[in-house]
Amino acid sequence: MSVIVPTTLAEALAALADSPSATVVAGGTDVMVEVNFGHRSVSDVVMVNRVAELRTWRRDADVLHLGAGVTWSEIEASPIAEWVPALAQAARTVGSPQIRHAGTVGGNLGTCSPAGDGLPVLAALDAVVHLASADSTRSLSFAEYMVGPKRTARRPGELITGVTLPIVDGWQGYSKVGVRNAMVIATASVALVVDAGSVRLALGSVGPTILRCPEAEVFAANNVDFTSRVASSEVVAQFAELARAAARPIDDHRSTAVYRRHAVGVLASRLLRRAFPNE
Amino acid sequence: MTDTDLGTAAATFDGTHSGLAGRLGDSVARPDGVPKAQGSYQFSGDLTADGFLWGATLRSPHPYARIVRIDVSGAWKIDGVAAVITAEDVPGKATYGLISQDQPVFASDIVRFHGEPVAAVAADHPETCRRALAAIVVEYEVLTPLTDPEQAVDGSFPPIHPDGNIVRHQRIIRGDQSIEGPIIVEGTYEMGRQDQAFLGLEAALAIPAPGGAGVELYVATQWLHEDRKQIAACLGMPEDNVRLVLGGVGGAFGAREDISLQVHTCMLALRTGRPVKIQYDRAESFHGHVHRHPCTVWMRHHAGTDGRIRRIEARFLFDGGAYASTSSAVLINGITHTQGPYQCENATVHGWAVRTNNLPSGAMRGFGVVQAAFAHEGQMDKLAAAVGVDPVEIRLRNAMQRGDRLITGQVVDNVAPVARLIRETAALPLPTQPVGGTDHDPMRLPGGAGRTADERHIVRGIGWGVGIKNLMYSEAFDDFSTARVRLADGVASVKFATVEVGQGFITIVGQIARTVLGVGEVVLETIDTQIGSAGSTSASRQTWMSGGAVDGACRLVRERLFELVAAKYQLAAVQLEIDGTDVVDTLGTLRIPVAEATAGILIEETFEHHHVPTEDLDEDGQGNCHTAFAFVAHRAVVDVDPELGLVKVVQIATAQDVGRALNPLSVVGQIEGGIAQGVGLAVMEELLQVNGIVKNATFTDYLLPTFLDMPDVVISLVEEPDPHAPMGAKGVGEPPTVSSTPAVVAAIRDALGKDLHRVPVRPSDICF
Repeated sequence: MSVIVPTTLAEALAALADSPSATVVAGGTDVMVEVNFGHRSVSDVVMVNRVAELRTWRRDADVLHLGAGVTWSEIEASPIAEWVPALAQAARTVGSPQIRHAGTVGGNLGTCSPAGDGLPVLAALDAVVHLASADSTRSLSFAEYMVGPKRTARRPGELITGVTLPIVDGWQGYSKVGVRNAMVIATASVALVVDAGSVRLALGSVGPTILRCPEAEVFAANNVDFTSRVASSEVVAQFAELARAAARPIDDHRSTAVYRRHAVGVLASRLLRRAFPNE
Repeated sequence: MTDTDLGTAAATFDGTHSGLAGRLGDSVARPDGVPKAQGSYQFSGDLTADGFLWGATLRSPHPYARIVRIDVSGAWKIDGVAAVITAEDVPGKATYGLISQDQPVFASDIVRFHGEPVAAVAADHPETCRRALAAIVVEYEVLTPLTDPEQAVDGSFPPIHPDGNIVRHQRIIRGDQSIEGPIIVEGTYEMGRQDQAFLGLEAALAIPAPGGAGVELYVATQWLHEDRKQIAACLGMPEDNVRLVLGGVGGAFGAREDISLQVHTCMLALRTGRPVKIQYDRAESFHGHVHRHPCTVWMRHHAGTDGRIRRIEARFLFDGGAYASTSSAVLINGITHTQGPYQCENATVHGWAVRTNNLPSGAMRGFGVVQAAFAHEGQMDKLAAAVGVDPVEIRLRNAMQRGDRLITGQVVDNVAPVARLIRETAALPLPTQPVGGTDHDPMRLPGGAGRTADERHIVRGIGWGVGIKNLMYSEAFDDFSTARVRLADGVASVKFATVEVGQGFITIVGQIARTVLGVGEVVLETIDTQIGSAGSTSASRQTWMSGGAVDGACRLVRERLFELVAAKYQLAAVQLEIDGTDVVDTLGTLRIPVAEATAGILIEETFEHHHVPTEDLDEDGQGNCHTAFAFVAHRAVVDVDPELGLVKVVQIATAQDVGRALNPLSVVGQIEGGIAQGVGLAVMEELLQVNGIVKNATFTDYLLPTFLDMPDVVISLVEEPDPHAPMGAKGVGEPPTVSSTPAVVAAIRDALGKDLHRVPVRPSDICF
């Protein structure tokens, strides 16, 4: 077993080139759980928590670039919380304060669980995921990046360097159901983003990947008044119905498919009403 | 080996000062409070010894299977492995258990629950242990498990254990069996499997005596002497050759009453001739200890049109899991509390505790009474609705008083201020904050950090729960406690085997000694088996029993002191008393500090405290089986999101019959903690098994209330000293857990106008 602790991105990529299947650890809040349960045996490790390039964020006009190593506690605080409030709301639901100090947005992307708290927001914002290896870089839309439950398009030797998000003018929000009022894995989660005549809806924990809901999105865009923020109760109800129809939930020990489908409908309707408070 | 090899980790309470000040009635801070908060306290998991080995346990992946073959040779091939043991290696009795010894140290032919120990190893490192366990080959013939307790009752499933599938059946038949109505309410109430979820995981360190003649075990447990008895039997040793020392205990709640890793650790130490430590992780802990009994209770109440209970019919079915543990006693506790804290002359009750291939069930805070209270309180609300009065009025009309009889015929001969508790609880202020709070913080709403709801989606409900809980052991058991007090040079040293699990006995000891003896400094000696038994730290009994023993020993010492002082100053001993820190003559001729009076002398006395004897129940469930009773009332305010099924418990108000609050700070801690456990059972805590397989043995998925889930608690301590209790103080640990759960569920029912009959209440129970 080797543990490499690079301090620059170049060193990190070189380490991954030497050991393409190494386990990449930032906060370790997912990896260590898997190790402790014996679900993952770790041979080589590349620690990226000291790579400065990954730990920074920057805003260029209407685009926010988050390094993969930016933590949830940074995301839930100002100024990021003002620019992408839905992501900040999602950040607040990640684990406990200790976990949020260690866990990173890149880790959420690396694990890519359908229950990953930040992922519905990244999906709804059409975020772009940046990957780098020693000899190349590429960028994928979130939809291209997440291909299944805990399965991504990341190749051996590639490192998630960051994610790019648009800063939008319209309303955005996030809701998550769990059987506890904090520090709980999502039973179902929903992100809603309103931007320039569009409505974008993403569902978490109700399918093999984060699910966008094109029918619901188009229906809402065609039936709400963006200027006066009006949505009739019939539109809200139909929007919820389309969200439910888009879900592909399963039964497990955390909940049932029936409840999950029901819950995303309720959350979708409540978020749409928050975005369009007038009837 | 000697204690010094263990460094500071050994004997956590050795030489501990029981605070520097505080007498009975004062709020005294725990001496271990700051170290626990700062992380410097040595829990038993922190124990080490020179050259110690790690131990680990191989467990069954099946709930029910025949062991065809065990091949341990692979483990022996791994460098660093020092011992591999199985059932064949148990030197003494092959089985253990608190009441009947039906549980194997290691399964030999059949495994009966998911996680049953099959083998253990000792090695130089935990990782070596892990590899060694993985290298042991166990061939199983998987059998269909018995998971439905009804199949144990109806006899349709072949016995899964030589002792049969019924652990115990008991009926209670009292009074006129023909009474019907005129008001009849009926319900079936279910409770899931709650885990004690103490934070300090199971851990022990065993140190063998040279030549293997004996063993010392440092362990987090609840009852050192009972552990020693079972361990010695399994090791085939005289009890004198087994010494138990209490390691720092991080909570217990009943889960440490049964043997878990004790015998395994001692066996590995004796086999290797080296100290061995075993420490469970969280997942193993869920498999490695007993849990609260899942239970189904049916009740039918017959009442007059005024709502006064005339007769109760009930049936209890406790799922005892694979081994007996304390199921037979839990059953008796449950059925004898059928009526709750209410008057009832006539009853027809049948109860079963049965064996299944589920996880073994045993002691947990409330011990069978939690199951009864969830049912009888649900019934009281149904009765109130049927009669057309409110939940408070129905309870006041039926409230038990001192001198009333239980359905076992036993007279309740304790302070029983049930009506007062209800009235004092009702008088406590309701929450001043509206739904969501005046600051409209979404964190205050059901769903909390998930921001699932807005204020308009939420409805608020109020519910009641009132409870009765027996204190101490029952059914003719003499669970005495022993204490020895030495007084010299103004310092009292107290020796006892009373396990401190976090309940606060270590502060009470000092308070008693300072009050009775007038000393300032009280030293607590090592808590071990080098003195008589203290009984278990359970059944809300240690303040009463071990407090009684310390009080008794202190009084004997004080008598001797007065005799010495009287002789020296030519006074009559009967006219001496302790005033503060002085010995004074009531006639006013003498006042000397206790420190001066005891200079150069040593007085030592030992005292055993026994409670009043109790009886077995007869075949109709009649008899004075319980020792004493305490009472409590809870009122819960809960905000509910009916559409998503999420809840936020906003406030619990409680008045509790404490007899006398010896350490009010500690009493409040017990009440708040007990309520947290009651809230958890009401709305989230459940260890799930599907066909006997445990599905959520982690804190990721076994959910405990967080700070955001815990309500405000408003408390009224009702202090009416009990004449039978030493110092007038009743046990306070269990009552908070007994009726807080039904109060929360009643509040959810009230918010929804919907019947709920199962805990924990799941979102789908609310919204579908």
